[in-house]
Amino acid sequence: MNMLSEAAVEKALDKKMNEVAYKMIGKDVSVYYGEKRALFDVNLNVRENTVTALIGPSGCGKSTFLRTLNRMNDTIEGCRVTGKITLDTDDIYDKEIDVVELRARVGMVFQKPNPFPKSIYENIAYGPRIHGLARNKADMDAIVEASLQRAGLWAEVKDRLHEGGTGLSGGQQQRLCIARAVAVSPEVILMDEPCSALDPIATAKVEELIHELRANYTIVIVTHSMQQAARVSQRTAMFHLGQLVEENDTDKMFTNPDDQRTQDYIMGRFG
Amino acid sequence: MTDAVSFPAGASAKPARRDIGIKRRYAAERRFRAYGIAALSFGILFLFILLYSVVSKGYTAFQQTMITVPVEFSEQIIDKDNERATDPQKLVTANYPLVARNAVAKVLGVAEGDRAGLRAVNQMISDGVRSQLRDMVVANPQIVGTTQTVSLLAAGDIDSAFKGQIDLTVSENNRKVSDQQVGWMNQLAEAGALGKHFNTGIFVNGNSSRPEAAGVGVALIGSFYMMLIVLVLSLPIGVAASIYLEEFAPKNKFTDLIEVNINNLAAVPSIVYGLLGLAVFINFMGLPRSASLVGGLVLTLMTLPTIIIATRAALKAVPPSIRAAALGLGASKMQTIFHHVLPLAMPGILTGTIIGLAHALGETAPLLLIGMVAFVANYPTTPMDPSTALPVQIYMWANEAERAFVERTSGAIIILLLFLVVMNVGAILLRRRFERRW
Repeated sequence: MNMLSEAAVEKALDKKMNEVAYKMIGKDVSVYYGEKRALFDVNLNVRENTVTALIGPSGCGKSTFLRTLNRMNDTIEGCRVTGKITLDTDDIYDKEIDVVELRARVGMVFQKPNPFPKSIYENIAYGPRIHGLARNKADMDAIVEASLQRAGLWAEVKDRLHEGGTGLSGGQQQRLCIARAVAVSPEVILMDEPCSALDPIATAKVEELIHELRANYTIVIVTHSMQQAARVSQRTAMFHLGQLVEENDTDKMFTNPDDQRTQDYIMGRFG
Repeated sequence: MTDAVSFPAGASAKPARRDIGIKRRYAAERRFRAYGIAALSFGILFLFILLYSVVSKGYTAFQQTMITVPVEFSEQIIDKDNERATDPQKLVTANYPLVARNAVAKVLGVAEGDRAGLRAVNQMISDGVRSQLRDMVVANPQIVGTTQTVSLLAAGDIDSAFKGQIDLTVSENNRKVSDQQVGWMNQLAEAGALGKHFNTGIFVNGNSSRPEAAGVGVALIGSFYMMLIVLVLSLPIGVAASIYLEEFAPKNKFTDLIEVNINNLAAVPSIVYGLLGLAVFINFMGLPRSASLVGGLVLTLMTLPTIIIATRAALKAVPPSIRAAALGLGASKMQTIFHHVLPLAMPGILTGTIIGLAHALGETAPLLLIGMVAFVANYPTTPMDPSTALPVQIYMWANEAERAFVERTSGAIIILLLFLVVMNVGAILLRRRFERRW
């Protein structure tokens, strides 16, 4: 089909690369849990307003990489990160950067829905409150409503904002967690297998939501489901044994990957 | 074997089922259940025996025999020389037992010259009437010279006899009450002058060598002060220590050592804490003996490990996903702990604290060593004043010889058990109140 020379392809790619706005840049990122090395010099860039899916077999380091992006690894005893990760122009492992501020800019949604055992309203309001984002009750009400709207949950819960967040169904809880993450106006949202505990209908809703959120946020999602990666992401990164195997446009990744291992994994030959 | 014949022909042709020990497994389960039920029944049986023995001996302590008679506050006896206007001491030192004796003797018709009879009458009335009548007169000196109907405390032996606790069939010489006194007792009872009344004295009176006037008032106040000190000191210190150890302290050899030691401290015999308190608080720091302050401090030391262990367990039980959620939102460690972890751990912390307090409330041994096993008749106004504690009061009464102290010992045990029940119910209610499900 395309009769371009390899050099021309290279050049075209370079040009494309230069046009792309990178939100986060990971350079030579390695992670050690005590003596054990979990990530080997990963170079992975996250594009702005793009959904980047991280795939790979269990234990390949994709969640570990995700957690380096908002320094959630700091909470694990004996965990050490080397290399450099920037958010816009800030080195997030710099001593100047406060981890609390970083996590306000890089929010996170976890595998299992984990709403606080408080009311729906309180779940959303907690983040804005500790970061001082609302000056008064009306501000807070507005933030809560906007966040729930964005998470597509407003219509379902607007009449029971002061009931417990844990009384919602699993899918609603996960969307509540997404709304909670959105409420502090982050720039990047990290999602660690957000649908693995949900049924297909709830999964579809969350995927739709991810799709909509892309307009305003940069999203990095870890998933075990190839189909999900194909459905929600524009870029996909494949990890294997702590190394980044390949990072590419999702379409290309699932049709014509550059690396044999990616091909094998996607075809279900291992993992 | 004949049954097998009645099966359809095909069934007998089936191969025998492999023996995988189903019967044995069910038998083991049944045996285990039987052991469990047996152990439980054994425990419940002994609990009932304990409660029955305490309640059956102790319930009578909440009733007190009183002799209600018209008492003539004779000016002749109380204030012969009419000096009470100038010398208030006169009313305090007057011979009130004589007033009471005369009143009862008059009702019984004992002649004034019958000295043996009068002595017998005197033995029927508690010596506690001295303070009872004195307090009446001092409060209202106008009643001198008038006649008032007063319920006088009956002597402990009469009280016991009237409650049927003294065997009246044995020879008169071998018991504390004479036939004459029993006769009078019955005579007064028939006239409605002698009867059982609710015994408020056991709750409000201080200790006394006369059982009818003895009460746990001082011990209750002492125990209350100690519980207050234990709560105020051990809850914040214990919770703060647990939070630091669980959430902030680095995990190294030193913190491991601390952890092991805390667990061991919880198992140290309480009398050792008493010795420690004696050495540190009384000998070294010079705090007063028998004071509920020292008792409270010693019990605080004893309760701390319990509270720390319970609090750490409660903190550990908070799901890590809640911490992750808060940290992921950008809450600091401090905010995560105080906004999310601690509220969720609260039911466990409160339960541990109340169980620790209940344990401290029933603790006797360390208090013996710091001198709280004293005869204290006056209310302690501050925690620095000498006082006793409920379990020590029980211990002291258990050593007394009079029959009437037996029921009072059991009565005091009932009071102590009631407090423990109240505290445990409180623990359950608080746990229900704070419990949040996720």
